[in-house]
Amino acid sequence: MANLTLVQAVNDGMKSAMRQDDEVLVFGEDVGLKGGVFLATEGIQEEFGPDRCFDTPLSEDGIVGTAIGMAMNGLKPVAEIQFQDFIFPAFDQIVSEAAKLRYRSGGQYTAPMVIRTPYGGGIRGGLYHSQSGEAYFCHTPGLKVVIPSTPYDAKGLLCASIADPDPVLFLEPKALYRSIKEEVPEDYYTVDLSTTRIVREGKDVTVFCYGAMVPMAEKAAAKAAESGIETQIVDLRTLLPLDEEAVLEYAKRTGRVVVLHEAPRFCGFGGEISAMIAENAIEYMEAPIVRVTGFDTPFPNTLEHHYIPDDRRVLDAIERVFNF
Amino acid sequence: MTITDPALSIHERIVDEEGRAVEALPDGVDDAYLRELYVHMARVRCVDQRMLKLQRAGRIGFVGSMLGQEAAMIGTAAALGAKDWLWSGLREGGAALMRGLPLAEYIAQMYCNSGDTAKGRQMCNHFQHKGSNYPSWSSVIGTQIPHGVGAAFATKHRGEDAVHGIYFGDGATSSNGFHSGMNFAGVWKVPAVFVCVDNGWAISVPSQAQTATGSYADKGVAYGIPGHEVDGNDVLACFQAMRALVERARRGEGPSLLIVRTYRMLGHSSSDDPTKYRSEEETAAWAARDPLARFSRFLEQRGVLAGGEAQRIEDELFREIDDEIHTQEAAPPMPLKPLVEDIYAEVPRHLRVQYNDFIRVGERLGDAQPGDGEFPL
Repeated sequence: MANLTLVQAVNDGMKSAMRQDDEVLVFGEDVGLKGGVFLATEGIQEEFGPDRCFDTPLSEDGIVGTAIGMAMNGLKPVAEIQFQDFIFPAFDQIVSEAAKLRYRSGGQYTAPMVIRTPYGGGIRGGLYHSQSGEAYFCHTPGLKVVIPSTPYDAKGLLCASIADPDPVLFLEPKALYRSIKEEVPEDYYTVDLSTTRIVREGKDVTVFCYGAMVPMAEKAAAKAAESGIETQIVDLRTLLPLDEEAVLEYAKRTGRVVVLHEAPRFCGFGGEISAMIAENAIEYMEAPIVRVTGFDTPFPNTLEHHYIPDDRRVLDAIERVFNF
Repeated sequence: MTITDPALSIHERIVDEEGRAVEALPDGVDDAYLRELYVHMARVRCVDQRMLKLQRAGRIGFVGSMLGQEAAMIGTAAALGAKDWLWSGLREGGAALMRGLPLAEYIAQMYCNSGDTAKGRQMCNHFQHKGSNYPSWSSVIGTQIPHGVGAAFATKHRGEDAVHGIYFGDGATSSNGFHSGMNFAGVWKVPAVFVCVDNGWAISVPSQAQTATGSYADKGVAYGIPGHEVDGNDVLACFQAMRALVERARRGEGPSLLIVRTYRMLGHSSSDDPTKYRSEEETAAWAARDPLARFSRFLEQRGVLAGGEAQRIEDELFREIDDEIHTQEAAPPMPLKPLVEDIYAEVPRHLRVQYNDFIRVGERLGDAQPGDGEFPL
């Protein structure tokens, strides 16, 4: 075991997968000698050489487009997009090409690949270094969307994503890159995709969340416990394909649901969770399903701590559904 | 301005409009091979005619005609070997047939029926053939260009000697994919030949409105890639140039750009009326430069095609094509499960649920066939 931060666990996950399988390559902007702007790829070029870890020209469309071709021809690309905010030049390659290749070719061609990218606020990055764009991608059949919230999950989910036969968008909560440390096995291991994790048990209110919002939910739940409210926290971990059965099961257990994410609310992932519960488990609900989210605005710089849902707003929502 | 590689001695033209050889024939090309090339070109034309007829009869939905581009596609693609890849755009279907796509699969794809290897998911004119490394294009212009570059990177990474022929039209030179693909290819020195089939028109926009450069071959300069340009209605010039560039790539000397200038004789597709945006004089001038007629004149003068032989070849091709059309007309109905299959390697639970909900209605309405039944949950 090693005591690792989340970004170190991501790094360790790539190295473990590369030791496991020679076809795994890591590339993107500044990922080589520099080791990435967040140091997620630190030491990889040193260990595996420039043939397996290298810098590309500055073009997200080119990075993802060529990754698809590599995957179609037998390699396992792990491409880094420096910030999720920069992914949109590659949106077409992700949505129209990688995600649809298996379908449109009747299964003859596939693009098993991973696109890693840091998402979310918390670094004073303003509107182009802070976005949470998961909802755009969750509307894309054929893509998998994975978001870890702990070092252990970051490594295990990343290794599972690299081994997966389908394209995976791996969103890393940059606010958590260095804020938590955890014991992580040194050997290669995987955490199954499309499974959820119970972060905290509680019989009164269920909070669904993922990524950087998980610790925020934990803080709020600890405060709620002081006034006797027992909160169950569910980390969704894989948004697409989602473990819908688990979501319904955990919603039914308490009958009171809060959905929490940093991304804007309108057409956000929380709307899907709410609708799913309303459609399939409305008879179990004791209170309206409440969403706590970012504003339906671009992401601010100076006021980012107000944009990002904090434990007070989450606590307020927990209390509202509890007292309804 | 264009970077060219003089060592390759690429000729702009080998056979002139009258069918006379103005340069030596490419090395190793004998009469038997010339005849083979002719049959491949004639097949493209015959298939095209039949598909247009089927479209007018309402049997298939869409045809992106290859008329006029037979030399460009056959000449260049003939220079690719069996292990090489062909990354296609809209009008490379004839090259797929030559490389091994069975006629049955070609026609099934045009019908988008249950015999289509892509399970009827794409519209017509999106062929694929895994056996000869021929993935289909998506419809989005230029996106296959970086795919070809990435795949060529993989080839080089493994130390293999395949070459990737990456095809696109003049319109695609304005796309993101062209820029990023050419740029990455130049930086990585991958074994690829970019084949720009300049057929004069991107739907209704003329070739010269896509760029301010004098020749598309100039575009290679910005990427450190040599560019060559040939008469795309001269099958032998296309073949010789492509073979030289493919061999260059195979030797590890990196990517190159080949412009084949030709003409799209019909509309962009069977849904397009080109008389709205181009003159009859222009089309007539290009009709007089027909690539198949030019090549047959050359072959007749050379004594490779005897009198009446072209007709016999055409009759035989039509017979073969018509037989296959009859077979595809009788294809069994499309099963319904492909609605939710091949999204992921395994059909995930939410799609099984969606399908099962749908099939309950389908069965009640009589839309479902035996075998369309539910997925286990």
